[in-house]
Amino acid sequence: MGNNLGDLQIIIGGAAGEGSKKAGLLIGKLFNSYGFRVFIHEDYESVIKGGHNFSQISVSRECKDVIEEKIDFLLALNKEAVLKHKEKLKKEGVLIYDFGAIDEDFSEEGGSVIKIPLKEIVDEAEGIPLMKNTALVSAFSKIIGMEWDRVSEVLKRELPVATEKNLEVAEVAFEKTEKIEEVEEGGGNQPLPLLSGNQAVAMGALEAGLECYYAYPMTPSTGVLQFLAKVEGVRTFQPESEIAVVNAALGSAYAGKRTMIGSSGGGFALMTEGISFSAQSEIPLCVVLSQRMGPATGVPTYQAQADLLFALNAGHGDMMRFVVAPGDADEAYYLANKALNIAWKYQMPAIILLDKELSENTYGVKKDFDLEKEEIVREEKGEDYNRYEGEDVSPLIFPGGEATVKVTGYEHDKKGVATEKAEEIKAMHEKRIRKYEKLKEELREEETVKTYKEGSTAIIFWGSTKGTVLEATKEMDVKLIQPLVVQPFPEEKIKEALRETERVVCVEANATGQMTKVLKEKGVFVDKKILKYDGRPFTVEELRKELEK
Amino acid sequence: MDNLILPTKNTWCPGCGNFGIQNVLREVISQNDREKTVLVTGIGCHGKIADYFNVNSFYSLHGRAIPSAVGIKMGNEELQVICSVGDGDAYNEGIAHLIHAAKRNSNITVVVHNNRVFALTVKQATSTSPKEFVGSTTPKGGVEEPINPMDVMLSTGASFVARGYVGKPEQLTRIISEGVKHRGFSFIEVLQPCVAWLNTYESYNEKTYEMEEEFLPLQEAREKAREWDYNNGGEIPLGVFYREEKPTIEEQVGEVSFVDTKEILEKSK
Repeated sequence: MGNNLGDLQIIIGGAAGEGSKKAGLLIGKLFNSYGFRVFIHEDYESVIKGGHNFSQISVSRECKDVIEEKIDFLLALNKEAVLKHKEKLKKEGVLIYDFGAIDEDFSEEGGSVIKIPLKEIVDEAEGIPLMKNTALVSAFSKIIGMEWDRVSEVLKRELPVATEKNLEVAEVAFEKTEKIEEVEEGGGNQPLPLLSGNQAVAMGALEAGLECYYAYPMTPSTGVLQFLAKVEGVRTFQPESEIAVVNAALGSAYAGKRTMIGSSGGGFALMTEGISFSAQSEIPLCVVLSQRMGPATGVPTYQAQADLLFALNAGHGDMMRFVVAPGDADEAYYLANKALNIAWKYQMPAIILLDKELSENTYGVKKDFDLEKEEIVREEKGEDYNRYEGEDVSPLIFPGGEATVKVTGYEHDKKGVATEKAEEIKAMHEKRIRKYEKLKEELREEETVKTYKEGSTAIIFWGSTKGTVLEATKEMDVKLIQPLVVQPFPEEKIKEALRETERVVCVEANATGQMTKVLKEKGVFVDKKILKYDGRPFTVEELRKELEK
Repeated sequence: MDNLILPTKNTWCPGCGNFGIQNVLREVISQNDREKTVLVTGIGCHGKIADYFNVNSFYSLHGRAIPSAVGIKMGNEELQVICSVGDGDAYNEGIAHLIHAAKRNSNITVVVHNNRVFALTVKQATSTSPKEFVGSTTPKGGVEEPINPMDVMLSTGASFVARGYVGKPEQLTRIISEGVKHRGFSFIEVLQPCVAWLNTYESYNEKTYEMEEEFLPLQEAREKAREWDYNNGGEIPLGVFYREEKPTIEEQVGEVSFVDTKEILEKSK
């Protein structure tokens, strides 16, 4: 390793409950303060205590939302972390571990090894065992040559509980550790807000005027509720089930509050009747669907992109939805904002399709886009108001004033009273279809598909595989195509993008090639599917190998 | 004219107990602020009441009227939320919602149109049908015991628990009025004979009685609730069993106000 640190891959791991995730975020924030670009991948098992958790922090001078197979530093809070990851260390990589908790001497196996007596450090500062992660982060920051002033500033901000004690522990660790590297400023970059995809979705929705967020806990979507529960000014609510979540959200939106809900596949399945109700009653509904490995309970804390077809078809009856599939935190921010606005503008369901990796990984958010809040035109309506009047989008009025507002899940007349009359049934279906056509028209002008580079081979991907695809194809002459909106599906734009290409490859994290199926239905034929369905995200190296085949 | 009834064609059976509830609700709504009233209903014969009233209404899914009502109150506390549900709705499909709305003391009024039968789907047993009820899916009679929803509500934190009968409209009007005025979760079970499938007029006329003492201590209210087992045994007490003042969920969840997203972004660097 040279003296000037550039791109780095760092793993910090330990047992669940030891705080390795928090430590990973702290390391990310430290590099962020030095102007580096940071991406953090989280890997944890479905257990509260024990098990093995790790964060992999990717540090670079340019934004690169990927992790690599080989790492520069391994920070181990327990023995399992050493054994699980030491093979990933590069030849010149450094193993840093808690000497004391691990009474084995790994230095004999070759390679650089630094032993830190975390327990001793914590005891000296009279801290509690949980502060070992603070000590490890602080020791690491010394090793790589960070300055104490900068380190203590970040720790102060990020450790709001027992701040003083944590700082004492950190200081002892910093003093006792030897500096061996020299970190530099990361190329003059300004620090970026570091947000997980879940947090970015919440932020985008807030900028669209989000007022209420309801959810039942389900990994990997829970982070949205956890984040918003701490934001003053948003009403959060955790009801008895996902069924209650969706129906309460419909109630709040009817009463006039911009409401969003979230879950993963299983909870989303329970919400589908309510999603259909949103379509029929024309009550705005915005749903975050964070995919994880299924079917059924599946592998709760691991990756999959296997609910695409489900999201596109969720809800019984002839109904339409707006569905977006962001690929990183910036896109999640932007598209969540869009989805909430579209739900309110067109009074229909909108779904934000995330996946485990996007939901829980941490990204630097550049936010180089403008956001809007769709203003609802409040027309004054009197007693003669009909909730479902007009040709497509009806004037939206909330109860409490002179106008009587009647909504229903039955097919209805323009007043909102149930009907079984053939001509009224037909007319209402056509009204809803016209709304959808209007939405399609609006989207024609929008960037619903992103393309990158040119080449005779086209690679189509969606969701969090974005970072890996961009990195793996850096040296390849290929055209990359990423649909951001998946309903209404932008087949025209995709066909246009494919015009000069000869071969189509589709990359996604599921076992059956769901995007390939969607493309086929739209007349786009995929020559090669690259699928991954072991719960882990694609790595750059393996994707590159697959693409070169 | 109170202008509360729409010219929609009414399709309840002649003599249906729902007419009695409609008359009582009409009286109650006319005493309240009509513009601020929202009537939430589930699916079943009772639900049609949404189409008959000229008031704000939310005709929800089967079993889901209560969470919709909870959400409406969360969305705008100024609204007076009256939630009409059926027994199939609230005691079968949606009983988790009923229990949790009581538990969290959501400030809504739930009126259960309890005819003790799935009527609109043509005669099947609900959670409060008598055990031996012969329905279209239980041709030899049922095998399950009915539940006692009054007892359930008293055990799960409902702060207003009452029972009325459409055959005693004056008392029913008083009970529902008090329930609507009560700040907190009001549960009102209304015994409503189904003239088509379970005509209980005669038996209710004979067995129901208006309680002399109302607003009982919790333990006594529970004992009172167990007087009738929803089969054929026991007298049927009517009136307000229990009332308690306690904080509502709406008072305790965070207020909606301006959120400074720039500040949040700054802090996440």
